[in-house]
Amino acid sequence: MAKLNREEVERIAELAKLTLSDAEKDMFQEQLSNILEYAEMLQQVDTTGIPPTTSALPLNNVMRPDELALSLPNDEALSNAPDAEDGSFKVRAVLD
Amino acid sequence: MELYSLTIHEAQEKLRQGEISSVELTESVLERIDAVEAKVGAYISLQPELAVRMAEMADERRAVGEDRPLLGIPLGIKDTIITHGVPTTAASKILDGFVPPFDATAIDRLRQAGAVFVGKTNCDEFAMGSSTEYSAFHPTRNPRNLNCVPGGSSGGSAAAVGAGEALGSLGSDTGGSVRLPASFCGVVGLKPTYGRVSRYGLIAFGSSLDQIGPITKDVEDAAILLNAIAGHDARDSTSLNAPVPNYVDEIKQGDGLKGIKVGIPQEYFTEGMEPGVAQTVRAAIDHLADLGAEPVEVSLPNTGYGIPAYYIVATAEASANLSRYDGVRFGLRQDGGDMWNTFSQTREAGFGPEVKRRIMLGTYALSAGYYDAYYLQAQKVRTLLRQDFERAFEKVDVMVSPVAPMVAFEINAKVDDPLQMYLTDVLTVSLNLAGVCGISIPCGFSEGMPVGLQIIGPALGESAILRTAYQYEQTTDWHKQPAEL
Repeated sequence: MAKLNREEVERIAELAKLTLSDAEKDMFQEQLSNILEYAEMLQQVDTTGIPPTTSALPLNNVMRPDELALSLPNDEALSNAPDAEDGSFKVRAVLD
Repeated sequence: MELYSLTIHEAQEKLRQGEISSVELTESVLERIDAVEAKVGAYISLQPELAVRMAEMADERRAVGEDRPLLGIPLGIKDTIITHGVPTTAASKILDGFVPPFDATAIDRLRQAGAVFVGKTNCDEFAMGSSTEYSAFHPTRNPRNLNCVPGGSSGGSAAAVGAGEALGSLGSDTGGSVRLPASFCGVVGLKPTYGRVSRYGLIAFGSSLDQIGPITKDVEDAAILLNAIAGHDARDSTSLNAPVPNYVDEIKQGDGLKGIKVGIPQEYFTEGMEPGVAQTVRAAIDHLADLGAEPVEVSLPNTGYGIPAYYIVATAEASANLSRYDGVRFGLRQDGGDMWNTFSQTREAGFGPEVKRRIMLGTYALSAGYYDAYYLQAQKVRTLLRQDFERAFEKVDVMVSPVAPMVAFEINAKVDDPLQMYLTDVLTVSLNLAGVCGISIPCGFSEGMPVGLQIIGPALGESAILRTAYQYEQTTDWHKQPAEL
């Protein structure tokens, strides 16, 4: 019994914005199930009262002065855009 | 002796004495690339004309009396690091053709130090892999044995240095990606403390884990490159605002290793380890003791949870970081008729299988209903792993272990079995989770392939690990046995 079923693979792909082929769905269902079964061992660890680590650094809320500084010129910022118009990135319509 | 086979400090000495020019040095490296690159495949892109121009400029600057730490030294740069005006792909089709309009801070600092850039080195796509076989362009081969992988993900950076196709290089290390290929190729690779080197302009994989690090022929060269790239950067809020010592001076301090306590974490000599690797590393530990170090058995009891914790945390962060590849601002766009289908089809066409696998795994670990069981639990286990290191470093100055339980494996041996590939990183990932530093140096051979000794230090313990590595290296000659190609 695989840990992930087909519907779950499709749900994750939708969340991740990936249009997977049927072959990829089969492959990921098996491989991700194996990896998640391996990761199950984390459940054995008693972490009662242990805080999560989000960063290894003892840093919090690093602030900088809110000052004007030079930034990329518009044409350079757009230089790698697949499509641009009037100084803006151009995309397919967001609303119909 | 060919100029391409010099170390950085040897070349710098000859440049200072006027014995050689940077153009001669750079051309020697370019000729070496012409001779061996078809076999090794260390680079994704080469910029020979740009390199010669940079070398000419370096020679002109030296002629008017300038002297900088890397003036005129030809380097390779991992293709996950942003270089102004030079294509940067992270070995992914989704960034094919991307020409960055700015430099990473580490690159900016190498320019300030006078370095020459030869090309962008190959790696696993978005640094996700342990063999460089997951590059979207081509695999890289190990210069010690062309049938074997160079390790990964910075396999091109390590192979380039091992093959004489660069005097040194930069890699990036999220779970072992500098140390593992350095070990497999028989060169030196340093993963600095998290925050020691700015991540600005490093294409993000796991933001709480990623560090840029040098790959070099010897320890002094690693210290030279670290000197150049380390230090606080206002553009990276996670960079550490701590003074940067002169690491080249630091490594030569002290009386051998007298008084240095070297911890041996028993969990890092695992059951499945290749016997030749364990024997070689045990012999290296005996050698450290001969130099005056005091070996101390220590325990890092949560080591066995390192791999699952790492692959949950790293993939969760990756799934968020890689959401930026949507075909809007840069990179590939695959039109899907409407906005959402354009996003999905761009990502489907642009990402390779390992990247998709990790995005899927990370998305699952962060999704409703699974967040607490996977991601939050992994973050708590990460705390336990950090505490293991903190307790061990109360007793010892540095720790030593193998870099990996095996030497370089054959191409295609693990490429279809992701879990086996992940287990390659079993001795390296915990350092990234804990944020501490580590270096891989050559310590011998097993089955004809190099074995790396991992020297682990606490946060900002670079001086201690570099000094230990330097003392070992000065009294051995493993680093003076270049690959025969």
